Amino acid sequence: MNLHGVWAIYTFEMARTWRTLLQSVLAPVVSTSLYFVVFGAAIGSRITEVDGVSYGAFIVPGLIMLSLLMQSVMNASFGIYFPRFIGTIYEILSAPVSYLEIVLGYVGAAATKSAILGLIILATASLIVPIEIAHPIWMMSFLVLTAVTFSLLGFILGIWADSFERLQIVPMLIITPLTFLGGSFYSIDMLPPVWQTVTLFNPIVYLVSGFRWSFYENADVGVGISLMMTVAFLVLCLLVIRWIFRTGYRLRT
Amino acid sequence: MDPTDIVSIENVSKTYATGFEALRNVNLRIRRGEILSLLGPNGAGKTTLINIVCGLVNATKGSVTVDGHDIVRDYRAARALIGLVPQELTTDSFESVLGTVKFSRGLFGKSANPAHLERVLRDVWLWDRKDHEIRTLSGGMKRRLLIAKALSHEPQILFLDEPTAGVDVELRKDMWETVRALRDSGVTIILTTHYIEEAEQMADRIGVINHGELILVEETTRLMRMLGKKQLTLELHDPLSELPDRLAGFSLELANGGSELVFTYDTQAERTGITALLDELMEANIGFKDLHTTQSSLEEIFVDLVKRPT
Ligand SMILES: Nc1ncnc2c1ncn2[C@@H]1O[C@H](COP(=O)(O)OP(=O)(O)OP(=O)(O)O)[C@@H](O)[C@H]1O
Ligand SMILES: [Mg+2]
Repeated sequence: MNLHGVWAIYTFEMARTWRTLLQSVLAPVVSTSLYFVVFGAAIGSRITEVDGVSYGAFIVPGLIMLSLLMQSVMNASFGIYFPRFIGTIYEILSAPVSYLEIVLGYVGAAATKSAILGLIILATASLIVPIEIAHPIWMMSFLVLTAVTFSLLGFILGIWADSFERLQIVPMLIITPLTFLGGSFYSIDMLPPVWQTVTLFNPIVYLVSGFRWSFYENADVGVGISLMMTVAFLVLCLLVIRWIFRTGYRLRT
Repeated sequence: MDPTDIVSIENVSKTYATGFEALRNVNLRIRRGEILSLLGPNGAGKTTLINIVCGLVNATKGSVTVDGHDIVRDYRAARALIGLVPQELTTDSFESVLGTVKFSRGLFGKSANPAHLERVLRDVWLWDRKDHEIRTLSGGMKRRLLIAKALSHEPQILFLDEPTAGVDVELRKDMWETVRALRDSGVTIILTTHYIEEAEQMADRIGVINHGELILVEETTRLMRMLGKKQLTLELHDPLSELPDRLAGFSLELANGGSELVFTYDTQAERTGITALLDELMEANIGFKDLHTTQSSLEEIFVDLVKRPT
């Protein structure tokens, strides 16, 4: 195992984060606060409680998930796309590092960054609404697992993309709608039965549900199933990445 | 494999996804500790060959071993021995000079060694810039930084894909010195260039690639003997209608309606005959107003080589 190599990539990526600290923290915090104003205050004045939790508090886990997913995908995809774009990827490809080590470095850094961001948003939210966390360890586990899984997805995206447009279109066209439809802002039982079934095909439902359970102990699907689905998705992403490096897809000509 | 060989390239072919065949059945043994120069016109396949050995391009056919390690099956061991300076100037922007060299060393699995990195940066005259951001460097400095990155992990084999492109004449000479010093320390060096003089001055052996084929690999001294013809052109004051008899001993030709005298000589020979010729011209009272020398260009040499049966 080339640990020096993993560490080199990881610290390089983290250094990039520190350089752009303000924009990488400020933007999500501002947009989350906006969501609170719009959803929490405006809608919350009409829907007072969901499953026994005040609406403002109810949407907190979903909002954190929304940022976590977006940031993970965007950080990780940019992290690997940029060296491909400017050509510095040559060094990574010519180095004695395995694909797992490369993934560990890039995805580890992206996941670290988005997990920290998730916690910052949680702290911001706790200033606005009272929040209880019933199962802090589960909460952290879901946070980290989600950050890792979606950073893996972002990594795949960053290898697949051949333009900045494509790099941006996936988070906007896929992740955002799936999160909005994934029960971030409502409980699934509020939907008509047909839509409840359809919703179960949305992987993000499981994340949001499991994450919310760790806060308020109420969930749309069982927490075990949530965990299983998340891990399954993680494994799927890893398999795709292994295939990418085996075949050299978009990396080696 | 012969223990004196460090890289062995066998029957390597490369067809790109476009269907273009960039390399055709290349066989090459690189000797431990030598400087090998790959010469060839644009698009010949030099970079493709280097990139295959370094793991950036997958060969379509054939195999490569580096110090006995297959570059696909045993890529870790093979790549750890190699440093690569790519042809394109690809660097980060906001990293510091020292930071990026540290990164390279770590990436190749080596533990930190500040003394070595200082030596490497001094060798490429970048130590005084170690804290500067890369984007503030000039093109030539960036090229030298790429060399420092490649040397950061103490490779045994160094690939330099056009190392002197964009480097000024003064520094180019210094760089040759650095490369020679590296060779003396035991590093095997493979470099590509378009300049035959550069290959001549630097390399122990020269390989010529054209249209994806390795036409020949030859000791530099032998190759230069084969190719080292030069021409001296004298512009005469008064045109000659024919060559005077006393000049019959020289390989001379009249050109440009007799107003130019062209002398072909061998740069590798003990005596070029230039002094003798000038003496004879003086004696014969043949005056000239200007003179210049030309060497067959690389392209001409390639044409020559391709026509020549190998
Ligand atoms: N990714 C690619 N896809 C298709 N064709 C390619 C690719 N890379 C290189 N080629 C083609 O392969 C041939 C060899 O290219 P290569 O870069 O190896 O040449 P070179 O000898 O290094 O040339 P130069 O002296 O200009 O650097 C060229 O005709 C080039 O157009
Ligand atoms: Mg080239």
